[in-house]
Amino acid sequence: MMKQSDNPGASTAFRLFTFLGSKTVRSWCYQFLLAALLIGFSYWLYSNVVDNLRAQRIATGFGFLPQSAQFAIGETLIDYTPQDSYARAVLVGLLNTLYVTVCGIVLATVLGFMVGIGRVSKNWLLAKVCVTYVELLRNVPVILQVIFWSVVIRNLPSPRGAIELPGGFLTNRGLTFTVPAADNGWLWTLVALFAALVLSALVSGLARRLREQHGKLLPVGRIRLALVIALPLLAWLMCGAPHELNRPELRGFNFKGGFTISPEFTALLLGIALYSSSFIAEIVRAGIQSVPKGQLEAARALSFSPWHLMRHVIIPQAMRVMVPPLASQYVSLAKNSSIAVVVGYPELANISNTLMNQTGQALEAIAIMMVVYLIISGTTSLLMNLFNRYVAIKER
Amino acid sequence: MLKRTHLAASVLLLALSSLMMPAQAENAPATNGDTLKKIKARGEVVCGVHPARHGFAAIDSKGKWEGLDVDFCHALAAAVFGDASKVRFTPLSTAQRFPAIQSGEVDVLSRNITASLTRDVALGLNFAPPNFYTGTGFMVRANSGVKKVDDLDGATVCITPGSSTEQNVAQIFASRNMHYTPVVIENNKEYVAAYLAGRCDVIARDKVALPGIKTFDAEKPEDHIILPGIYSKEPLAMAVRKGDDQWYDIVKWVVYATFNAEEMNVSQSNVDQQLKSADPDVQGLLGVTGGFGQKLGLDDKWVYNIVKQVGNYGDIYNRHFGPQSAEPLDRDLNNQWNKGGLLYGLPIR
Repeated sequence: MMKQSDNPGASTAFRLFTFLGSKTVRSWCYQFLLAALLIGFSYWLYSNVVDNLRAQRIATGFGFLPQSAQFAIGETLIDYTPQDSYARAVLVGLLNTLYVTVCGIVLATVLGFMVGIGRVSKNWLLAKVCVTYVELLRNVPVILQVIFWSVVIRNLPSPRGAIELPGGFLTNRGLTFTVPAADNGWLWTLVALFAALVLSALVSGLARRLREQHGKLLPVGRIRLALVIALPLLAWLMCGAPHELNRPELRGFNFKGGFTISPEFTALLLGIALYSSSFIAEIVRAGIQSVPKGQLEAARALSFSPWHLMRHVIIPQAMRVMVPPLASQYVSLAKNSSIAVVVGYPELANISNTLMNQTGQALEAIAIMMVVYLIISGTTSLLMNLFNRYVAIKER
Repeated sequence: MLKRTHLAASVLLLALSSLMMPAQAENAPATNGDTLKKIKARGEVVCGVHPARHGFAAIDSKGKWEGLDVDFCHALAAAVFGDASKVRFTPLSTAQRFPAIQSGEVDVLSRNITASLTRDVALGLNFAPPNFYTGTGFMVRANSGVKKVDDLDGATVCITPGSSTEQNVAQIFASRNMHYTPVVIENNKEYVAAYLAGRCDVIARDKVALPGIKTFDAEKPEDHIILPGIYSKEPLAMAVRKGDDQWYDIVKWVVYATFNAEEMNVSQSNVDQQLKSADPDVQGLLGVTGGFGQKLGLDDKWVYNIVKQVGNYGDIYNRHFGPQSAEPLDRDLNNQWNKGGLLYGLPIR
């Protein structure tokens, strides 16, 4: 690194030279050049593709999206008919992707935590069972696991020879069970439940403040339990206590009524969630084992019960280690949902596949998929980063 | 240190600028005469076929490709090289078939493709004359009590994605005011397995493909019945890329040649006697006179080679769907125009 004294006698040329020679300016120049090259390269790729497609007389552009799709979709969360547009079909696929991803994240996390805690348990048998679970599921490709579940479910009996379960039926058309008949009362009950959850979170915060600033202890657990049970119950009673049931009945080809979880959804969910849960179990184990032994000993010296030890000492400290790798597991789970193409659950990749075939607009369909998965993954990362900031060590 | 950074930067610059050269990729648009040159240089025709559809394209017990679509690929090879065996088969799923022809990965699609306006116009394809006429059909389990399509209200239907069948089924059910649940699976094997395991009540497909599933895939063929009636127009045709008119002409006239040979009663068994025929049409067809092969850029013996090594349309049909085949099928629409069918070879003259 040359040092240039700023004497006024130096010529402008020399000053320019030193300016250009300075490290920051040079590094900025390289950054700028690299960015320009990247942008130029991307543009060249894009225009090359467009020119070639035009020369081959293959239609390009997103003009097909408002056209009528003319195909039906097996499972939809929003109303959809074959007369609707391609755009709406893509939306249906996207919602299905989000649905299976959210269910998968919940299932994988619950299972992963249970297995991960089981792995470090002192109970020899439990620990070994959990190790086997992890090794088995982690080392088999996820696509094979999805196919495995789909074959298992497919070979269940048909609706006419259904396996009867209390309140439902298990067939190769899925799991059909009795649900309360639709009634506005149930909606209000749900709203009340949600309100109760929000309130109990507030109560926890308040109790914490009372404990830390005034040294008062509130029976938080009991208050929260009362809230969660009493509020929805009250709402349900106020709406006239609806208790009509919607039972599935075998009519014609299949069960009518009730609520059905389809085999394709189940196969996909089990496949991707169990696969991810084995990784999450390892992350949880690493997190637990990262907590210094001294912390455990101190807590035991204060006669913490095992449950309190887990809840107040180990998990909060393990979280700091666990959250970043968990985020990447969630992102891969979201991306793995595209395996649905193999088993036929109509999520984004599957719908895009149909769209590609019918319109021939492969590039556009792939582009839509890329952007959507990018947004899903980006959002997941963002939320997890926020959560990470929340559980990180706060220097006080 | 400073020097090294400069060096690295200039190397990077050079590398990237070399990428900026105009691309002359394999998938440049086809131009006239290109494809035939490429095929001759390669020494074989690359033909995109269905991975497994009995009667059209499937690998037999000896590991050989068999079927009507496969034979048309052989006919192309016979016309181009005078040797029907010079074909390489590329099995393609429904989703792979169009990109494969667009990118020039295969020279021709002979893959049970329904010709339609959208596919002709928006996908950069050109369709040869249809060499098989069929339509959407339905198959159900015999014990389901279903006798006709109108009994299918509320059924679950197995379909492959993006096939014209998918749209036909939607239309067929809508027009009868019936409901159904589609189960859409791309993988051919998974899709058939799903129906056979009872995941769906019905399998919907080009009617001509149903006997194959019944005969070869089902455990007991008598457990399944194909419902009467045909529910859409599915003219199946070979397809090539737009832009190379010469190759398109060759594919088109190879199909017409098989039609004309059957119409003039020139078959695999009698083609050598027919060479001596006094009929000027037959002479022109077999390249004794006229020089029609030259006009296409082929050998004048092109039709002789096709008929001798592969057969005329009737020979090909009977090999896969005739009375002696595993799954006999009435000629019906796939008969010559003068026998109540739709095959009408434009005259070679």
